[in-house]
Amino acid sequence: MTGLFSELSKRGIVLLVLLLALMLAAPFLANDYLLTVLILILYFAFTGQAWNVMMGFAGQLSLGHALYVGLASYVAAALFVRFGVGPWIGMLVAVPVAVIAGAIIGFLAFRFRVGGVYFAILTIAFAEFTRVGFDHFSYVGGSGGLFLPVSQYTSNDLVNLRGNPTMFYYVILAMTLGAWLLCRWLLRSRLGYFWQAIREDEDAARALGIDTFRCKMIAVMISAGLTAPAGVFTAFYYNNLFPEQVFNMGRSIEIILGPIIGGVGTLFGPILGAFLLTGLSESMHELLSWLGLDVPGAKAVFYGICLLFVVVALPDGVWPWVARKLKVTERKVTERKP
Amino acid sequence: MTASGAAPLLKVEGVSRRFTGLLAVDRVSFSVPPGEIFAVIGPNGAGKTTLFNLIAGVFAPDSGSITFDGDAIGGLPPDQVCRRGVGRTFQIVKPFPGLTVEENVVVGALLRRPDVDTARDHAHAVLRRLDLFDKRTQKAGALTLPDRKRLEVARALATDPKLLLLDEVMAGLRPTETDRMVGILRDLNRETGLTILLIEHVMRAVMALASHILVLHHGATIAEGSPQQVVRDPAVIQSYLGAEAVH
Amino acid sequence: MPPIDLILNVAVGGILTGLVYGLMALGLSVIFGVIRVVNFAHGEMMTVAMFLAFSAFTAFGIDPLLSLIPIAALLFAFGYAMQAGLINDFVNKPEHTQFILLVAVAIILVNVLLMIFGPDARGVQTDYSFDSFEVGKLIIDATKAYAALAAVLVAVVLFAFFRFTLIGQAIRACADNYTGALVVGLDVKRLYALTFGIGAACVGAAGAVLVLITDVTPALGPSYTLQAFIIVIIGGLGSMPGALLGGVLIGLTEALAGLFFTPSAKSMFAVAALVLVLLLRPQGIMGKRQR
Repeated sequence: MTGLFSELSKRGIVLLVLLLALMLAAPFLANDYLLTVLILILYFAFTGQAWNVMMGFAGQLSLGHALYVGLASYVAAALFVRFGVGPWIGMLVAVPVAVIAGAIIGFLAFRFRVGGVYFAILTIAFAEFTRVGFDHFSYVGGSGGLFLPVSQYTSNDLVNLRGNPTMFYYVILAMTLGAWLLCRWLLRSRLGYFWQAIREDEDAARALGIDTFRCKMIAVMISAGLTAPAGVFTAFYYNNLFPEQVFNMGRSIEIILGPIIGGVGTLFGPILGAFLLTGLSESMHELLSWLGLDVPGAKAVFYGICLLFVVVALPDGVWPWVARKLKVTERKVTERKP
Repeated sequence: MTASGAAPLLKVEGVSRRFTGLLAVDRVSFSVPPGEIFAVIGPNGAGKTTLFNLIAGVFAPDSGSITFDGDAIGGLPPDQVCRRGVGRTFQIVKPFPGLTVEENVVVGALLRRPDVDTARDHAHAVLRRLDLFDKRTQKAGALTLPDRKRLEVARALATDPKLLLLDEVMAGLRPTETDRMVGILRDLNRETGLTILLIEHVMRAVMALASHILVLHHGATIAEGSPQQVVRDPAVIQSYLGAEAVH
Repeated sequence: MPPIDLILNVAVGGILTGLVYGLMALGLSVIFGVIRVVNFAHGEMMTVAMFLAFSAFTAFGIDPLLSLIPIAALLFAFGYAMQAGLINDFVNKPEHTQFILLVAVAIILVNVLLMIFGPDARGVQTDYSFDSFEVGKLIIDATKAYAALAAVLVAVVLFAFFRFTLIGQAIRACADNYTGALVVGLDVKRLYALTFGIGAACVGAAGAVLVLITDVTPALGPSYTLQAFIIVIIGGLGSMPGALLGGVLIGLTEALAGLFFTPSAKSMFAVAALVLVLLLRPQGIMGKRQR
């Protein structure tokens, strides 16, 4: 295990352990409101990491990740509502569905050499297409929405994901941690090196013998599949699904703001970005209602202005800057004795 | 002629390629025996880089055949050409700027190594050979041009090629840097028997390295032979070398 | 199957509306073609222009066909300032960084509109709102005809600007060869700002006249952005006639899809058309092959 954390300094490991301990203790320290905010933060940390695999590692800009969240939500919710299939088994269906959707988009784009901005627009297009499709898909409620039965649960039912926020908090915390470990392992793997090579210069990567089509396909499929559990989670957490909301372009943008603000391609960027943006958004809300400026839109205007400042000041993201300030990464690359 | 009798490692036969009306490469044929340093020279726009791109798989030839190590490789995509043992550099260097020097070379080394640790060991050996070991933790984007040129060679070399295609790796280097590169390439060829095909403008490097030279002009071969033969060839002098290079 | 007259009327209405969309997309295409930055706040700028035209009409009774000139000028100034003050530093940054910058601008624009005008749909009713022209069996809405005419006029002025004026030619030189433009001493930064201004002015004019045809809400911004993308990609990024043609095609597709299926599914057909074009002819109908 020590090898896994070799690039962290002692200080970095201490901070990491402290953060983890704090997150584990959070439900005992925080009130209900703060707990729901933390759940939202972890949701964005999770989806941000999944998106980061595709863009941050392999350099393929997706602006349509709400598609994978939405598909997974609908698959798991429909299985539960229609057939009484629990979320964990639903996950076994939802993840492959998202992977297949990613594979279709990836195949069409990469086979036909659609890249850059065009690829990004293609991903938006598929998400929009699916949104309108689900609006008219009456089996899952169409535009009227799909609802999971809500009732007061005295005990937490982890098998069917029915319970109080504390249970949901630990579920999404475990998911986020798992995604982080997976991303870490991926980035250091053979595949991770190939992805980064493609991200930096695709022609040079091909000249080094890398099958770029195959690597990009794997990136899209892993990213889509890793996004799916977040969809299952939200379906069971919020208990309602509307195509207009889950497949909305705004949802896709929310997913990617965190990792970009945090630092694209870094392991902590998506997590830090989620804390910063959701924290900002919520504290803005509190501040404005305290000031009595609770006009619709005011909060989002300030949010947009803050976003603008961050991207102008730190265009590479906040994490690289924080990492330098905190000295949490080792300067030296580990050297193996010959 | 060197290495007579041995089967050629690379054989190019009657290869042509046309771009919207312009015949960039016109029925070029040559063969490179194993272990040789073979140079392709010619004025700008002679079709040298296009010829390289045809061998490396960036374009497919319109006609003609390219045989490498006994297999036809004409029309194969670049990654498959590389996997068969052809490493290449780019005329305009293409480092992975956000990765460190070491990571750049590890990417190449991973082609024939299953895990990152062994690839890193191999990358270190290659970096030492190219005088880049001390700079391995720097970001490739921060290197100077001579270092980038050597990184380009290191990365290609890390894929364990049988044939190394070098596209103007001396261009833009100062004479001392050129000599350093010439020394590195000559040692590589002598010590490992690596076959090298290079495109080069810097005649002093060509004369120091190549045992055989092919001269292209307007896409077609106008001369071929040993360096001494080629520089005395009237057609070469007239079309390319001009007065300055003859003394 | 609806009667043929109705189909023709709907089709003509779609084409006329499509010309206005085309002008909006023309702005996006000019900006991308020259600066190589995708304006993700394009649709939001469109809604700003629509609300400006709405305000000018309700407050002062100025017809949108007239207010389009000051509105285009205002948007020009906005675009110029934004490029010179903000975007220029991001021209050589990665696409996702540019994306965040413009998304931030978009978020601000949408929500400022929301603060001022609220979430309700707003529209304009002129004294010719219900007029129509009869050409044979065709019935053409006057508003659509005037709006389309205005859009085409603005587009023609733009074509002439790029073809016949020195500044227009200099901007085209920047688009063709950035380094070359620097070498011959063109003030690229100023030309970029002008270009963004011109792109914004197109949106301004298009938004002003679109208010004649359809209502506006702040939340419509993102869907106009997407629509402008679709049109520009279908027509060919960087091609000016392509943007108009793409606009007409999308206007027509949406109108007919609304008639034959249901209005709520019409954007699905536009998206399907986009996917087809991206896969079969990624450079767009009128675009030149790149790479």
